[in-house]
Amino acid sequence: MKRTFADLHLCPENRKSEDMIRLLEKASELGYGLVAMTFGQSVALAEIEKLRKTGKHIGVDVASRVDLKPGTADDLLRDLRRVRRKFELVGVSCDSKSVSRQAAKDRRVDMLFFPSIDFRRRFFDGAEAELASTGVASFEIDLRPLLVLNGPSRIRLLSSLRKEVAVSKHFGVPIIISSGVSEELLMRKPMEMAALASLFDLKQEAAIDAVSKNPVAVIKRNREKLSPGFVAPGIRIIRKGSDC
Amino acid sequence: MKTIKRRYLALEIDCEKMADSGEFMGAVWDALVRLYGEHGASQTGLGLIHYDSGERYAVIRTGHTALDMVRAALASMTQIRDKPAAVHVLRISGTIKALHKETAR
Repeated sequence: MKRTFADLHLCPENRKSEDMIRLLEKASELGYGLVAMTFGQSVALAEIEKLRKTGKHIGVDVASRVDLKPGTADDLLRDLRRVRRKFELVGVSCDSKSVSRQAAKDRRVDMLFFPSIDFRRRFFDGAEAELASTGVASFEIDLRPLLVLNGPSRIRLLSSLRKEVAVSKHFGVPIIISSGVSEELLMRKPMEMAALASLFDLKQEAAIDAVSKNPVAVIKRNREKLSPGFVAPGIRIIRKGSDC
Repeated sequence: MKTIKRRYLALEIDCEKMADSGEFMGAVWDALVRLYGEHGASQTGLGLIHYDSGERYAVIRTGHTALDMVRAALASMTQIRDKPAAVHVLRISGTIKALHKETAR
């Protein structure tokens, strides 16, 4: 069966529909079948639906995503209550240890990402991975910093990523590789993303899964959960009425 | 002596203003040296086979053992001659003939 490639982190800078459409067209051209577009928390559902229809026309399946950047663990819980049922994907930017720990154990969080390039502020260690492995959260790696940084900062980032990937593999936390870009020129083909993953010791097969199987599985699971008939994993309402 | 197996890569160059072939290869070498150092870059056996600025198309050659290194270096390229650019791999083949056949398809 043909693989579907996915990029779950496209973040248009000014959220203009023309920019979003340009990113979708580029994604389709590069061979992606599924992309997740980042929206603000207050976006109207009609806007998401409109973009989804445009994506369908272009030939890309569009999923809605929100990135939470909570200051504290309590902020995270409050944000999750508000947005979880509105978006297909919830990513948490882990800027502090308390937020990272809470995000890793909360089953409403789909992806953990660590935007800081400072290794002291990247909290994906063994404890974090163990919590994530008992929950459903995946470890997301954005490739944008690898493209825009150079010199010592890129070297340090690669070193951190290498350690985090090893920890992730050890605890069986799924890895998702995304672009995290807002400009078309920084978008890369899925196989190019997999090639870049070799820089932090992710084997080719695992890297290809990280741009196809793993992200597709997250979207599939969440769409099932958000569907009206969903009761629990594997159980769904198929008919309602007096004769049931 | 062991024969060196080669791989040919057909590339698409995505940028606003095209550079000449020397500048393009300079950017590829720069990316390789930045990622793998001079020692690593020396093991790639990189060479330019064909460059068409009008079609934004190039063909390069590398040793098959260095293919992953070259792919990563090409993916890491964001500039050619200080202008934003991206290089995408269209096809990879073991012979130029097969590469042309596949890209023409």
